[in-house]
Amino acid sequence: MNLLTNRDKEIIEYLFAAERDAREVSKVTDKFPELTIEDAYLIQDGLLARKRMEEGTKTVGMKLGLTSKAKQKMMGVNEAIYGYLHSDMLAFEWEPISFSQFIHPKVEPEIAFLLAEDLKGEHITIEDVLKATKYVAPALEVIDSRYKDFRFTLNDVIADNCSSAKFVVGSKWVSPSAIDIGSIGMVLSKNGKLEQTGSSAAVLGHPAAAIAWAVNQLHTIGKGLRKGDIVLSGAMSEAIAFQAGDSVIAAFDGLGSVSMYCE
Amino acid sequence: MSGKHAAYARKLVNAEETKQTMLALTDADASLTVEDAYQIQLETIKIKLAQGKKVIGKKVGLTSTAMQKMLGVNEPDYGHLLNDMVVENGAAVRIDSLISPKIEAEIGFILEEDLEGPNLTYLDVLMATRFVVPTLEIIDSRVADWKIKLVDTVADNGSSAKVVIGEKMSKLNGIDLRTNSMVLFKNNELMATGAGAAALGHPAHAIAWLGNKLHEFGMALKKDELILPGALSGANSVSSGDTIEAKFGALGSVSVHFV
Repeated sequence: MNLLTNRDKEIIEYLFAAERDAREVSKVTDKFPELTIEDAYLIQDGLLARKRMEEGTKTVGMKLGLTSKAKQKMMGVNEAIYGYLHSDMLAFEWEPISFSQFIHPKVEPEIAFLLAEDLKGEHITIEDVLKATKYVAPALEVIDSRYKDFRFTLNDVIADNCSSAKFVVGSKWVSPSAIDIGSIGMVLSKNGKLEQTGSSAAVLGHPAAAIAWAVNQLHTIGKGLRKGDIVLSGAMSEAIAFQAGDSVIAAFDGLGSVSMYCE
Repeated sequence: MSGKHAAYARKLVNAEETKQTMLALTDADASLTVEDAYQIQLETIKIKLAQGKKVIGKKVGLTSTAMQKMLGVNEPDYGHLLNDMVVENGAAVRIDSLISPKIEAEIGFILEEDLEGPNLTYLDVLMATRFVVPTLEIIDSRVADWKIKLVDTVADNGSSAKVVIGEKMSKLNGIDLRTNSMVLFKNNELMATGAGAAALGHPAHAIAWLGNKLHEFGMALKKDELILPGALSGANSVSSGDTIEAKFGALGSVSVHFV
């Protein structure tokens, strides 16, 4: 257990309150430019612990971010990032999602991996990830940066749990051996209008490669993924903004569809 | 209080055994709460366990908005399934062994591990599911003319009576449980259609609800038990001579005959 400094605790309260009040705030590095990536992950940890305590939720899995070359270039990095998913972030296709909890939400389509066994180690490969995966399913992730205008540095977004807000999982679950996960086509529409198309290959070449990266990364701090975890492997296209009254549906080749309605 | 619970439980079990309906408990005692009702249900199960019966599963009821509206509630309820309720696929059920039976089709779940609340999600349920299986649930009320409130049906073990279990056990790979088809036939005539989403949006969501509800009573969902997540269409009355079949597309079918 790493001890949090007073600065870290201040940042945790700052981000916790911003999300609770659905209020955008200046980015953390404006005030604390010295923040390192290690600090940022520690703050993320502390923020998540604070939320679990306050909201009585549990950790249900992980999400990956910056998994496309384009996004990495935009941020001037050559690595992905990760954050955690809590049980209260799970939203449903059969219940409207309330807009009032968000600041300036966007949604992106992803392949979700559901793990049949623990996954940890230092030389984890795509094959290891597929072997540990019981099902893949289509998913929509709602991201909502707590930072003004969705602008941040790498360390800001990590501290903010990688902009996580909500996620919806489609109901067709497929064994990884029954589908070529590296080339699943995807069509994203909002209110009946085509918004984005993409392929699972947009996620570091293969979504399981993104997960392998995360597991190897977690290993350096003595962590891993757990049996039963759901992992959102990264966006298959640009995220699109939505408002109250919008319906979003993503159709996936061989994986059915997943939809959400925001009220 | 527990003396009262046991006495009401005895009445309910007697009504079931003698097929003589009774006045709704809420007509006799308006002070009964849902909390009391679950305690009464547990007392009825204790009586049956003492008779040598075994609990083989649980059922969720009131999972459709139509049923919830009818009873003026906004959450489901649950009951226990016992070994003497099981009917083999295609077998005959004596109509006079029941009072006023109705039938509904459900996607049964069999778990490969225990699941304990709180905070269970439908993702947990799907990950812990060994098989799904077509089922027909025969419900029956020990209360005259089904004149029940929520408290009455909860105390009466969710109005459970029998469960017919299909033979095909399917793994979830490639199955979409929200859109999975259900077509119900009476004497080869189409009677109702529905899909998995009729049970609280997703049948596994209904089971997650049950796991979290059971946690309030210090219980958990048990591996190998049969768990019914709720009907995929309205309940239909049946009479002697009827053959009922439910087809669930790729999940197979299940049928029962009434004599």
